[in-house]
Amino acid sequence: MAAPPPPGESGERRLARYATGALFLAPALIVLGVWIVYPAVYTIIRSFFGQTGYLGTWVGFDNYKRLFTTSTLTTAIKNNAIWVAVVPAFVTAMGLIFAVLTERVRWSVAFKTAVFLPMAISAFATGVTWRIMYQQDPNVGAVNALIRSVKGAFSPAGVLPSALPSSPDETAQSSGAIILKTPLHPGGVALLGLTAIPPDQVPSGAKQAVTPPAKQGAIVGTVWRDFKPGGGVPGKVEQGELGLPNVTVELRSSDGKVVQKTSSAADGSFTFGRVRSGSYQAAVGAATFAKPFAGYAWLGPSLITPSLLIAYIWIWAGFSMVVIGAGLAAMPRDVLEAARTDGATEWQTFRRVTVPLLAPVLSVVFITMIINVLKVFDIVLSLAPESSQQNANVIALAMWRTAFGGVNDFGTGSAIAVFLFLLVIPVLALNIRRFKREA
Amino acid sequence: MKQRSLAIAALVAVLAVAAGVGASLGAAKPTRTDRTTVNTAVSGSVTFDGIWTGSEAASFAKVIKAFNAVYPKVKINYKPVGNNLTTVLSTAIAGGHPPDMADIAQPGYIQQLVSQGKLKPITYAKSTIAKNFTAPWQQLGTFNGKLYALVFKAANKSLVWYDVPDFKNAGVKPPKTFAQLLTAAGTLKSSGVPAYSIGGSDGWTLTDMFENIYLRTFGQAKYDQLSAHKIKWTDPTVKTALKTMGKILSDTSNIYGGTSGALQYGFNDSVTNAFGSPSKAAMVFEADFVSGVITSSTKSKPYSGFNVFPFPSIASGAPSTAVEVAGDLFVTFRDNPAIEAFVKFLATPAAATAWAKQGGFATGNHNVPASAYPNAIDRAIGTSVEAAKGVVFDMSDEQPASFGSTVGQGEWGIFQKFLKTPSDVNGISSQLEASAAAAYKKGK
Repeated sequence: MAAPPPPGESGERRLARYATGALFLAPALIVLGVWIVYPAVYTIIRSFFGQTGYLGTWVGFDNYKRLFTTSTLTTAIKNNAIWVAVVPAFVTAMGLIFAVLTERVRWSVAFKTAVFLPMAISAFATGVTWRIMYQQDPNVGAVNALIRSVKGAFSPAGVLPSALPSSPDETAQSSGAIILKTPLHPGGVALLGLTAIPPDQVPSGAKQAVTPPAKQGAIVGTVWRDFKPGGGVPGKVEQGELGLPNVTVELRSSDGKVVQKTSSAADGSFTFGRVRSGSYQAAVGAATFAKPFAGYAWLGPSLITPSLLIAYIWIWAGFSMVVIGAGLAAMPRDVLEAARTDGATEWQTFRRVTVPLLAPVLSVVFITMIINVLKVFDIVLSLAPESSQQNANVIALAMWRTAFGGVNDFGTGSAIAVFLFLLVIPVLALNIRRFKREA
Repeated sequence: MKQRSLAIAALVAVLAVAAGVGASLGAAKPTRTDRTTVNTAVSGSVTFDGIWTGSEAASFAKVIKAFNAVYPKVKINYKPVGNNLTTVLSTAIAGGHPPDMADIAQPGYIQQLVSQGKLKPITYAKSTIAKNFTAPWQQLGTFNGKLYALVFKAANKSLVWYDVPDFKNAGVKPPKTFAQLLTAAGTLKSSGVPAYSIGGSDGWTLTDMFENIYLRTFGQAKYDQLSAHKIKWTDPTVKTALKTMGKILSDTSNIYGGTSGALQYGFNDSVTNAFGSPSKAAMVFEADFVSGVITSSTKSKPYSGFNVFPFPSIASGAPSTAVEVAGDLFVTFRDNPAIEAFVKFLATPAAATAWAKQGGFATGNHNVPASAYPNAIDRAIGTSVEAAKGVVFDMSDEQPASFGSTVGQGEWGIFQKFLKTPSDVNGISSQLEASAAAAYKKGK
């Protein structure tokens, strides 16, 4: 934009002035041209060509067709839609809540710092951290550990959680109890063999298992770790197999009711005395085998996208809080006081005065988040394990995988990039228009 | 201002380190003249892009040093690119400036480059290679009937690693047949430890298992046909192999972490789960590089803590002697005396020995002395690779990348689905075929 030349300026002078202008503009133009204009134009052209080479062969709109017919890419588009629907709204709402609340609490600086801190961590590092927190094994993942400590209080784990029936004479019931199918009568012997018990889970004080001799009018038996190196014979008490002490054994009548309960000795033996004639079954109750909480598969295919959204909102809530907080600080106090004087409740003041006055700031946050979320990439790559990345796929990740992830299909990769660009344009246009209006 | 100058200083430091690596690799001058004749007639420089970084790059530097002892006037500029080598190469080729040589792990990618006429044949090294490698190894480097690649380094993928104390507690011996393997797995489960540790988050651990089963069941000829997609993935042989694999995958209570756990653990996790303390599972099906992970990430010691047995045979007879390998294939994009001298040298036992001494190395070069390997497990694996009667390349590396080696897609993704639903043999095999057909169609 050259100013109109002063009257009487010579042609030579004018040229020199333009040259100076061009010289000053050159660095910016070169940077824009080399890193923005050329790649953008090349990407658009490239998207109409085949897989390899500087250009490859002309394929027309094939790459764009593939965009909407390949399941990998449609999943990515669908997931991005979920991201756009959830994240901007949540981030803005959380930021608003935090900003309004921090105005009224003591230690608000500390609180603001804590909420804002995640912004200081790179998204990649956040992904790695949350991936560890989301681990399924409650001994590793903090989220599942928390759930376990709550759940464990209500349903504690049994002493032999991994045990299984050892012989086909036994069966595991749906309740978790292991029952000996063979009917027992007074004078009978019940052999309750269990396997799949790691050596370190055998209760201390266990001794060599023995088959107790049958007793008149009573049902005796043994519950033992039916395993010795090499396997042994299932259902038979052998040398080298240990009894399982302190296991609660139940005697059940033929209709399934528990008639007697007893606890096994160090060699695994137990006795039900004074049994009336009839048919019975011996069982080890479900409580013994109750499994500890195994954890939710946060990183599994079905929960991965919600898990990602939570981590992402955690990062950005702080940004939103700070921006909205600044808007709040700049708000004229007299309006609020006027509302309160006129008898508005706190909720009414918030709903009818604060929010409308904050609307420009809220929309800045909202639009920024839409743009951020459309191009979300690093957190998905670092948080989702490879087996569920397909389910967590987003457009930017799909583009990178297609163009540079081994397939090296630059044609389809460019088409995805152009598609993403088209999605961002309306939001950008909106933003620019708003800037202009404000200026 | 101060921050900016700091950043610049850091950038300069990084560049200096990078340059230093290149310089130290390139300028490795011989300290003394070896008994081999020194050739000063050939001079020049060779650029070489490879995947090795860290200790592996240091080992390769030893190979370059040995080369410079013979050819002091040829400078080798090794550039450690890392795992996204094919991407870097594709971009470099598209821009018209490929390196002189590269180390590529995917024969499928080499095939693509050969078809595009980007590579130069290495027929000049044929006699040297024939002296040191058996026919199957030369075959692996042959594309469209011409020798294009030298298989410098090979990983034996037909191995099963086991936790020795777990086997001792359960009283089982390393199985020789697949039936024995299943029995041993049952016994291990009864002893209280899951038999299998599977790193299903990395799809390639699953394709490796399938490939070994297919190779052991139907032999090398069928394997090669399936690799080249001359047999369809809906073929009955594929379904049989899938059913066999399903016997392992459907034994969910015998897999550490069950199905969902196996899907979340990657290769490294599967190794540390089995060989960490306490051991959480007894066996890992994977290649020779497992030993590296065990020694670096756990306290388990060879023989007393961990050991290895060959992948059990399935069908009786010859097929069980073949070994599946993954390897580093060296290819050339240009042709000049310096490159020829380097390629020829790499095919000699001297080159292989230089790396073998550093450990973590196996090769098809059968003239490498057994004494070159630094420890017994390395030696056993190295000699087993050299002595292999049949050699096949990792199948997923031979396929177009969109089918064989892309995260979450193609073979890797579909075998993860198979891990989830091992009973769905027909569904999985038709999904594999659909994905393979699409990839082969697009690759053309």
